[in-house]
Formats: sequence, structure tokens, C-alpha cells
Amino acid sequence: MMLDDFMVRATLAGVGVAFAAAPLGCFVVWRRMAYFGDATAHAAMLGIAMSLAMEMSIFLGAVAVALTMAATVNLLAGRGYAMDTLLGVLAHSALAFGLVAVSFLSGIRIDLMAYLFGDILAVSRGDLLVIWGGAALVVALIASRWPALLTATLNEELAYSSGLDPRREQLILTLSLAITVAVAIKVVGVLLIAAMLIIPAAAARSLARTPEAMAVIAAAIGGASAVAGLRAAYAFDAPAGPSIVCVAALLFAILGLVSWCRRLGA
Amino acid sequence: MRRPGRIMSLINVDGLSVRYGANTVLRHVDLAVEPGEIVTIVGPNGSGKTSLFRAIIGATEPAAGRISLRPGLRIGYVPQRLHIDPTLPITVERFMRLGDRARRQDCTTALDAAGVPDLSKRQMSQLSGGQFQRVLLARALIARPEILLLDEATQGLDQPGSAAFYRQIETVRAETGCAVLMISHELHVVMSASDRVICLNGHVCCEGTPAVVASAPEYRALFGTGTGGALALYRHDHDHDHDHDHGHDRMHSHEAAE
Repeated sequence: MMLDDFMVRATLAGVGVAFAAAPLGCFVVWRRMAYFGDATAHAAMLGIAMSLAMEMSIFLGAVAVALTMAATVNLLAGRGYAMDTLLGVLAHSALAFGLVAVSFLSGIRIDLMAYLFGDILAVSRGDLLVIWGGAALVVALIASRWPALLTATLNEELAYSSGLDPRREQLILTLSLAITVAVAIKVVGVLLIAAMLIIPAAAARSLARTPEAMAVIAAAIGGASAVAGLRAAYAFDAPAGPSIVCVAALLFAILGLVSWCRRLGA
Repeated sequence: MRRPGRIMSLINVDGLSVRYGANTVLRHVDLAVEPGEIVTIVGPNGSGKTSLFRAIIGATEPAAGRISLRPGLRIGYVPQRLHIDPTLPITVERFMRLGDRARRQDCTTALDAAGVPDLSKRQMSQLSGGQFQRVLLARALIARPEILLLDEATQGLDQPGSAAFYRQIETVRAETGCAVLMISHELHVVMSASDRVICLNGHVCCEGTPAVVASAPEYRALFGTGTGGALALYRHDHDHDHDHDHGHDRMHSHEAAE
């Protein structure tokens, strides 16, 4: 059976995460939520520690902590600290507490690196199910609210006057972000999840004329990065998760250069 | 002041108060807009103009009072300024058709009505300030609104640009019969284009036809006689003696009349 091959499972996992991360990543870029995405991902380390301690699914623990993180940020926003300061405090505290908590779990032998940088080559069939299930949920959520999300991203008042509630759209993005972080842990690890959100979307910008095109191109770039990154990791015996991000970054640089040259020529 | 009318008002604001924390920005505001009329809200910065608009579209909860919109009222909203992040690629046409799956034909018609027929394939980020505001107007027109809400829609436009924009609004009203409720700083334009002016400063200071409001003592207390241009231009040019203001006002007069 095809799924018996670990490379096939890893590729499927990487592509699944890339597909979920692409449309969400576009909103992260458009709404300038990059640091928010990073903070949510770092906080997931605390979720991992809790999941291990309570012997429950890491997916659920990560989603729960990511949502708590988002709620805390919204609660504290506008109370004296700038948003980036607040996110910096919360993200790194959650990461640090998570790392300390994991070290206390002496009963279990834990490969910390697997959570920090992913362990895509060890993706099981069960993991694949969770990743594709989560990815499908995120894509369905965003696709079903696409016009509303776009309107709310463009202008709050415009959304209200169209009968939408921008707070609900923000909630949908936060929920999607939490799910994406949770499914991406296995693939790229908590430290590099934000890269999968931001880099493909940013790379797609110069090729797109409409928001929809940007999301589709970002998915293609993310998918290609996953496939090529895994091949490169295999060929050079490099860590898989970081290799995927490296390929995405190279694509970003190449596309950026091409569009820069084209603008100079025009 | 509520006007008795045979037709139900499009928007009826009754005893509205808006608070942000301990800060009351609007107190006991009454306001009604009838079909087809152009009503302008003037007031200094911080007078609660934008809060009133936010309350009408449901973005701000009233602390007291009620806002009733005629059932099924179609509102076309033109925001004060709309910042589209440069990372968001979007053509004029895609932007116009974001709302309720408008047809391409409606899109073209609305761009025509807003005076910018040839822009549909352009990127929003490439538009000039005047084109951008007209596309916002076109977007508001696409759902065939019964009322247009304009929140300082000409901010950032030069004098001829905003005069032309308001002329477009009058044309739209004449062609479609939609009512217009707008906030404006540009008193000279306000005075010529409005059926009714409401002077707001936390509460409704005075209200009436442009001529009535311009001569009201409350209005003069807020805007003085030589600042906005409206008084000087339309009614009391001889009243004040600041020469530099005079020159300024004449310039306004020239450009507004273009």
C-alpha cells in the first residue's frame, strides 16, 4: 500500500498543512497578524506540555492553548501595552513555561526537538487523518466565509454596514489559526509554523491580481515547498521541517527578485 | 426635530446617547432622514459625528435611545478612508462585487454613475485619491441603496476634487432618488448641496436649511464667522474684516463653483 512508505505519508502531511496554511496565511499577511500567528504557535508548546502531562491528544491541547492565548490577547489589548509588546510577552512566556513544564515530565521520554522543529518523517496514518481533517476544516471555514472575511479585512465600518459583524470574522480566523497550528506541529514544529503561514502567502503576492488568486498561488507555493523540501531533506540528510521552510523562503526570494526586475524593466 | 411625513422615515434616531467608558460623546440626539433628501452633519472634531454614523450602522451600541431603520432599508456606506494593505491584491471589479454577488453589468452601471467608467480592471492600489473615493461611491451604489451614508468622503481630496465629488452625489440623488446623509468638514460645499444641515457638538446644536443654520448663533459659536468659508461665502461676506480670510474664502468660492 502506498501509505506504507514514510516519504509518501510525510509528503501528504506537508501538502495538507500547506493547503490549510495558504488561505489563512493570506489573511495573516493582509491583516498584519504575522506576530499574532507566531505567538499562537509558540504558545502551543504549553499545550503540548499539558497534553503530555494529562495524556490527552496533543491536537486538543494545542488548540485549547492557542484559543486561550487569543482570548488573553484580546482581553489585554488596548490596556497600556502595544500589541507587539503584549504578544512578545505572552508568546515567549508560554513557550518558556511549556519548555519548563515538559522538563518536569520526568516519567516520559520526550524528544523536545520533535515538537520544536517537527517530526514529519514519523507521521502515522492517524496523524495524516488529523492533519487532513483539520486542514479540510480550516479550508471549509475560510471558504464559506470568504466574502465576509475579505470585507471585514478591508474595513470594519464597511462590514457593519453590510450587515456583518467583524468580531465574528476575527473569531473565525482565530479558530482557524488555532487548528492550523495544532495540525502543523507534527510537520514543521512550533517554532516554524508561522513561516508556513506567512512565506507562501507573501511569495504569492507579486503573482496575484485578486485575493482568490493569491490564496490559490500561495497553496501551490506551499505545496511545492513541502514536496521539494522533503526531497532535499532526504537527499542531503537535513532536518525535514526546516528544509521545507528553506525551500519556501528561496521561492519567496526568487519571486521577489523576478517582480523587482520586471518593475525595473517596466 | 422630527418632520411629520406621509412616508415613514428611512432612518429614525430617537434620544440617542453614546458612551465610550466614562466619556459621553453623544447626548439625546434626535434625527430623522426622509426619502430623497440630502442631510449634512457638521460639527467640530470630537463632536460625535462618526460615533453617530457608527451607531446607525450598528458598529457601536447606544448607551441610551433607539435607532430604527425602515425595514429592509438598503444602505450604501462610503467610509471616511479605506486603507487597503499593499499586500492585498484586488481589482476594482473584484472589490465592487465583494458584497452580494453583484452582476458584472451592475458593476459597470455603478462605475458609470460614480463618474469612473473605465477603472474596472485596475488594481485598487493604483488609483488616485479621487478615483478611489469614486470607486467607494460606486461600491455603495451597486446595491441600489435607498440611502447613502458618507463619512467625510472627500477627506484627502483637493478643493476641486471634493467639489466635483459632491456634484456627483447630487447627480446620483437626482437620478436615483436616494437619500443622502453625510458628514462634512467642507462647510461651503455643505451649504450649497444640502436640503438640511444638522450642527452637532455632542448634541444637536441647531438644525434647519443651510441658510437658517448658517445664521444660527450656536453655529456661529462653533465655527466663528471667518473660518469655514460658508458664512463668509454665502451670507455674511461683508461681516468680517480679516483680509487674509477674505482671500482664502474667495479661493473657496472660485473652486466650489467650478
